[in-house]
Amino acid sequence: MNTPVKKLRVATTSLAGCFGCHMSFLDIDERLLALVELIEFDRSPLTDIKTCGPCDIGIIEGGLCNAENVHVLREFRANCTTLIALGACAINGGLPAQRNHLALTTILEEVYHAQHGLVDGFIPNDPELPLPLNQVHPIHEVVKIDYFIPGCPPSADAIWKVLTDLLAGREPELGHGLIHYD
Amino acid sequence: MTQSNSFILDGATIPYTNEQTIIQAAMAAGVYIPHLCYNPEFKPHGSCKLCTVKIKGRQVASCTEKPQAGMVVESNTKELNDERRNLLQMLFVEGNHFCPSCEKSGDCQLQATAYELDMMSPHFDHFYPDRPVDASHPDYLLDFNRCILCSICVSASRDVDGKNVFALAGRGINSHLVVNSKSGDLADTGFSANDKAAQVCPVGVILKKRVGFAIPIGERSFDEKPISATPHPTVKGA
Amino acid sequence: MVSSLNMHKQYLDPILRHRSHNPNSLLQILIGAQEIYGFIHSDAIDYLSSALGLPRAMIEGVASFYSFLYLSPHGEYRVLFSDNITDRMQGNQDLMQSLCNQLWVEPGKASEDGLLWVNTTSCTGMCDQGPAMLVNNIAINRLTQDRIDRICELIREHVPVSDWPAEFFAIEDNIRRRDILLNSHFQAGSALKAAFIRAEAATAQASQGYVAHMIDPAGLDRAADATLQEIKISKLRGRGGAGFSTGMKWEFCRNANGDAHYVVCNADEGEPGTFKDRVLLNSYADLVFEGMTLCAYVIGAKKGFLYLRGEYRYLLEPLQAVLQRRREQNLLGRGILGQAEFEFDIEIHLGAGAYICGEESALIESLEGKRGTPRNRPPYPVTAGYLNQPTVVSNVETFASTSLISLHGGAWYASIGTENSSGSKLFSVSGDCDYPGIYEYPFGVTVAQVLADCGAKNTQAVQISGPSGMCIAAHEFDRRISFDDIPTAGAFMVFDQRRDMFEVARNFVHFFAHESCGFCTPCRVGTALLSNMMDKLNEGQGSPYDLAEIEKLDSLLQSMSHCGLGRTACNPVLHTLAKFRPAYECRLSHKEFVPAFDLDTALSQARRMTGRDDAGAHLEKNHDSK
Repeated sequence: MNTPVKKLRVATTSLAGCFGCHMSFLDIDERLLALVELIEFDRSPLTDIKTCGPCDIGIIEGGLCNAENVHVLREFRANCTTLIALGACAINGGLPAQRNHLALTTILEEVYHAQHGLVDGFIPNDPELPLPLNQVHPIHEVVKIDYFIPGCPPSADAIWKVLTDLLAGREPELGHGLIHYD
Repeated sequence: MTQSNSFILDGATIPYTNEQTIIQAAMAAGVYIPHLCYNPEFKPHGSCKLCTVKIKGRQVASCTEKPQAGMVVESNTKELNDERRNLLQMLFVEGNHFCPSCEKSGDCQLQATAYELDMMSPHFDHFYPDRPVDASHPDYLLDFNRCILCSICVSASRDVDGKNVFALAGRGINSHLVVNSKSGDLADTGFSANDKAAQVCPVGVILKKRVGFAIPIGERSFDEKPISATPHPTVKGA
Repeated sequence: MVSSLNMHKQYLDPILRHRSHNPNSLLQILIGAQEIYGFIHSDAIDYLSSALGLPRAMIEGVASFYSFLYLSPHGEYRVLFSDNITDRMQGNQDLMQSLCNQLWVEPGKASEDGLLWVNTTSCTGMCDQGPAMLVNNIAINRLTQDRIDRICELIREHVPVSDWPAEFFAIEDNIRRRDILLNSHFQAGSALKAAFIRAEAATAQASQGYVAHMIDPAGLDRAADATLQEIKISKLRGRGGAGFSTGMKWEFCRNANGDAHYVVCNADEGEPGTFKDRVLLNSYADLVFEGMTLCAYVIGAKKGFLYLRGEYRYLLEPLQAVLQRRREQNLLGRGILGQAEFEFDIEIHLGAGAYICGEESALIESLEGKRGTPRNRPPYPVTAGYLNQPTVVSNVETFASTSLISLHGGAWYASIGTENSSGSKLFSVSGDCDYPGIYEYPFGVTVAQVLADCGAKNTQAVQISGPSGMCIAAHEFDRRISFDDIPTAGAFMVFDQRRDMFEVARNFVHFFAHESCGFCTPCRVGTALLSNMMDKLNEGQGSPYDLAEIEKLDSLLQSMSHCGLGRTACNPVLHTLAKFRPAYECRLSHKEFVPAFDLDTALSQARRMTGRDDAGAHLEKNHDSK
């Protein structure tokens, strides 16, 4: 009777996001205790594990603004059975995507050369730094995403609802009040 | 003007008068059909296609289609709602709709309709068009990024204000809203804060300055009730 | 500033006077203004706004709708390469590249010296003699490398287009098979005379209380109805593709109440692959204008319009000369052929590069000087058309056929063709065949027969009635052209085994996206999305996911669109997918979803700006997820 239930393995990450969605995730408060009975974390800011192993669920906050974001997203897609886009930036690029109407060359030029007060500015070219993409993309434009939780951030209740639906084998459904884009 | 005529909408009997289109009769009877370019104060435009219903296997815009006695109309079906959601997703990727930074969030009919139809993502690839904001006018701001080309402002300015401040220009995916001035600036048109056109935008294009985000989250139009329970949404704070 | 206004006033005033300062002629005024000035200047808009009492935003809205009108300088020479699939098969892309290279321009960007602007445009209706181009809206065909080289020289030397060699502008009729229409040797006025004689006879019979069994007594309230009866007996159906009964259309319009009735001839022959109206208007204009006049006689119209597509601008003066001759022959104007009560004249309106204006209600909007957006229907044009008055809008070939019917009788016409598709049909044959051109057959001809006659070999497919029509595969070549089997507006594009049917469909999908009016959401956004998805497949980024998406989008366009454009925009894909699926499947380079854009290319700007090229500065192409 005390056979331990096999816990679902969950990984989370923040790409071009502000970690606000992760903060909201933590806002599920004491329900986190009930949750950890059912899941265990793989790669996540909560565990500080650096690479994603095979997981049942991957949760992605943020869109794609640079090469590293793409690598992480691909790692998640390759390892997670179910991938969830969490929050506005993952879903439509969000705030970072508001640079999309400008050419990246113009932005780099403006930020590192042209802006008032810069002396001999140069564009950082250290190989350690991930290069920015020409445009910011929502994650569904680059890999297949299974579920989306909109919101900036999605409320703790919305996150809880989707996770518990999934854990119970139900098709996740938000309703009025839980679905919001802001 | 007798109400002896009626049609069947999703199984319910809806009375209608000879002047009414399907959506007008449905709204009068308190039945919601999703719509964006239709505003009861203006002649139906028929462009957004959100209000499409099915009659004898044929899909028609209910804002322009007149009912006939005994006609059987399907509206709230999975098939139609799936297609409506696709139309919403098209509108979302066509423009730049960043709700968190939009003053109209919570009062926006596009957003509220997307909630109503459980739109969880924009699904398609984004166009991310370049649409500069016009902040030239002292009292109002035009953020074209959110325009859904419903033309309600065009009608309001032309038919109510008698000003023709707005017009549609371009073609196809390059269609866009323009204002009536050589500079292209709203400040150089006859637009004023008292215009009807200032109050009809269903999304966040025509915005009053200095009042943004005045209403706290939780108290905005569609925080309280979904759009389907708000038969004639008006803009709070306008 | 004032001098600029004066300058525009100078050329605009005569145009405005010619058009009686009529706001409904806005499009014609804008076309006229651009012909003189090269583009629509902002000051010209100001002047027109006050002269016509129209808001300038509305004028900008109209001008920006039509792809042949420009609101900014586009150069002394404006070169548009026709970009139908047939032009592509004839090598237009290499020729355009050659012209651009020789003159140092990029497609879509005006040259810095203001010399020229080069771009592509939808089919210009010259598929039988392509590749084709328009230079300052005048057609030049049979482009070859040699011709391109000479054009480059003429442009470099600033030779006005009017002084270019006449042979550049020669346009052949290429009539390959004639039947009742093209063999008619029509005498101008003969069909009208026949109508008047019939009217006299009918009046005489009516006054004797005698009614011929084939004349519906209820309909016989005017003498002209005897001709309406003949049209109805002929069972003529509209030649624009939809095939509505012409007799019924005329009758509905005649019966509709209004201050005035109008006749409109739809010569906005924009369906790619169609060019029969070009030939009818070039060599059979009397048949067409006489048919319009017969219609006016039947419905009681005093005014008619020929809406001529901008691509056929070169036909304007010849057609106006025909109209003038007809006025002199008393076939137009007041008291036509001595019929005191009968007054009718025809005005030619030009289009300006908008396929959607072939849709009758969009055409009427355009005639009224507006953006060519299809109206909400009902009401239909027969009750509320031009200026909301009862209007007959019919195809060029339809009007031409009515002249024959008046001349030879409805029963004669009905005896030709098939039971439900009477008479003959003109085909515009192009593509992979030895003898492209115009073929006239009685309805009911098989696809195989046309293919044999035009010298097509190893045919893989035929696109009938253009992109919005049907794609017919080899196993269907015994099917017949008729309203019961394969209806057509006339296009007949032949593709042999060498052709890639995916590329055919992709070309057509781009055409629809370019021509979507933008009024309704599904068509405006859907055609653009569909173009992008077809490009994604073409660029090797496709997976089964994308094919499923394309199919979903097709069904949405079909069920949700406002008009025929959106509803048929998916046809090329639906038909080629059903019949040539391997052409798509071979493009599904990936098993799983990959992005539409190349991720490594997406780092190109940053690489350039940082000068980096290390491994970390790249993303491997097309990384398939598990």
